[in-house]
Amino acid sequence: MFLHHLSQKGKGPRGNLLKGLLVLGLLASGAARADVTLLNVSYDVSRELYKEINPAFVAHWEKRYPEKLTINQSHGGSSKQAGAVIGGLEADVITMNQAPDIDILVERGGLVAADWRQKFPHDAAPYTTVSIFLVRKGNPKGIKDWSDLAKPGVSVIVPNPKTSGNGRYTWLGAWGYALQQYKGDEAKAKEFVGKLFANVPVLDGGGRGATTTFTQRGVGDVLVTFENEAVLIDKEVGGDQFDVVYPSSTIEAAAPVAVVDAVADKRGTKDAARAYLNFLFSPEGQEIIARHNFRPRDPAVQKKYEARFPLIRTFTVEGALGGWAKVQKAHFADGGLYDQIAAKR
Amino acid sequence: MGTRQFNVLPGFNLALGYTLAYLSLVVLIPLGAVFLKSATLSLEEFWAVVSAPRVVATYKISFGLSLLAATINACFGLLLAWALVRYSFPGKKIVDALVDLPFALPTAVAGIALTALYAGNGWLGQYLEPLGIKVAFSPLGILVALIFIGLPFVVRTVQPILEDLEVELEEAAASLGAHRWQIFRLVILPVLLPALLTGFALAFARAVGEYGSVIFIAGNLPFVSEITPLMIITKLEQYDYAGATAIAVVMLVLSFILLLVINLLQAWATPLQQNGRKS
Repeated sequence: MFLHHLSQKGKGPRGNLLKGLLVLGLLASGAARADVTLLNVSYDVSRELYKEINPAFVAHWEKRYPEKLTINQSHGGSSKQAGAVIGGLEADVITMNQAPDIDILVERGGLVAADWRQKFPHDAAPYTTVSIFLVRKGNPKGIKDWSDLAKPGVSVIVPNPKTSGNGRYTWLGAWGYALQQYKGDEAKAKEFVGKLFANVPVLDGGGRGATTTFTQRGVGDVLVTFENEAVLIDKEVGGDQFDVVYPSSTIEAAAPVAVVDAVADKRGTKDAARAYLNFLFSPEGQEIIARHNFRPRDPAVQKKYEARFPLIRTFTVEGALGGWAKVQKAHFADGGLYDQIAAKR
Repeated sequence: MGTRQFNVLPGFNLALGYTLAYLSLVVLIPLGAVFLKSATLSLEEFWAVVSAPRVVATYKISFGLSLLAATINACFGLLLAWALVRYSFPGKKIVDALVDLPFALPTAVAGIALTALYAGNGWLGQYLEPLGIKVAFSPLGILVALIFIGLPFVVRTVQPILEDLEVELEEAAASLGAHRWQIFRLVILPVLLPALLTGFALAFARAVGEYGSVIFIAGNLPFVSEITPLMIITKLEQYDYAGATAIAVVMLVLSFILLLVINLLQAWATPLQQNGRKS
């Protein structure tokens, strides 16, 4: 609302109450006249992506509206960032890598509308990525699939599933693969995942930490991480030290986004926030997303970049594992499957 | 030092009031909030959180390694302080300044540097690992990090006392026929002991709470190399604020008891110092 009135301001002043309110609002917001700022609170490795998305959206926005738009970014571990928003960080939008970090904002204080998944296409996830393997050049241990990670003598680098979305997806990827292999036998799946995690010599707090351990410290035969991270390492850090391996099937990680309604309503930024998130689903936004090695949703952009994203059999938390609420409780809550397996080490 | 009867600063009430208000604002209120938050759990829930086997394993690692690191720092910190006070050598001022570096360095930087050094492909790690000594990503790595961050505390508390210690005392003892060991044990150590204990307590307290540097080098394996602060962070990341504060309360209480014991030891050591000076 606020923005619409701003955009009509030039057309002919009619002294009404709303205009008076507008002036008051501007005075309250200080010297920054007619400027809009958005704060996007995001996870750790989306830094490079939003560095490119933000100027593109600002250009797109300023073509249509007279006011100046500034987008501020905040990055960190996904759950920590959600915790900051609960604690009062005034985020207009949040862009995360797992749905529980947005669901928690619904649960605690109702900062986000409960039906946030329906507010944007594709369950409000503008892109996905998949959990894949990065091995040392020439693949000396012959790692081809999840089953190879559970073999004795293979050292696997994974971030901590309790503290990192990346690690959580790895755990669920192994679990989903095992369920497929053993035709839904949970006891056997548990044994398989137990063997795999017994091969983990270091549990880093987050995805980037695991990357450093594998690439810089030379620990481990295989790193399980998101495709965008693996490709980035292979291209930028690796030189010619690593190979990317796609397993026979893996988990698809959708990166959900939402407007933080409570904050956007209060700050009068809802239109800009919505337009910003919609931009992620536009062909222009999808193109930038694909360039950063995240799998786009737009069929035309998918086609254009199909060489980058090998077709691979995937499953999702919602489709194969019964949804996040169930998974959180069964796997990651205190005393859940992860704790049981950790206790057996 | 000062006398008990005469106060240089007037206004005892004002000073005490200020002290209490300041201490409350800076220390007691935040700690009280921790206790309050943990009180949202029932007694059984609280106990279930703090006595979970994985959490108990971290107490052993955090407190055990912190005590060990503080002990090692007490020995080698004393040696370092001795060398800095009693000898003069080229570059002494630089060495003196180097001691404070662990204070100034962001702990994450220390952690990354130590990990890079001791990892299997690091400068030191590449020689140690073939010998079967695994430092990075093991409890030994945690110990190394804790020694690093605790070193300045011992040196800086012992140094001024050593500077005040008169060489004549030792000479007198020697002229009376004392051996070197006797001089150290009966003349020097009693004077140094209170300061040494203070340094030990500070180094220990710092090590127990340390997170930044340890997290990079520890490997963080459940039951092997997880520290208690990591358990707290893990709970926080799962939005279990009450559980996190419950563990924090246990840490606070354990640390407080240990520091109290060290203070009592100090009180016991202090009269020894005065006797030592008189004789």
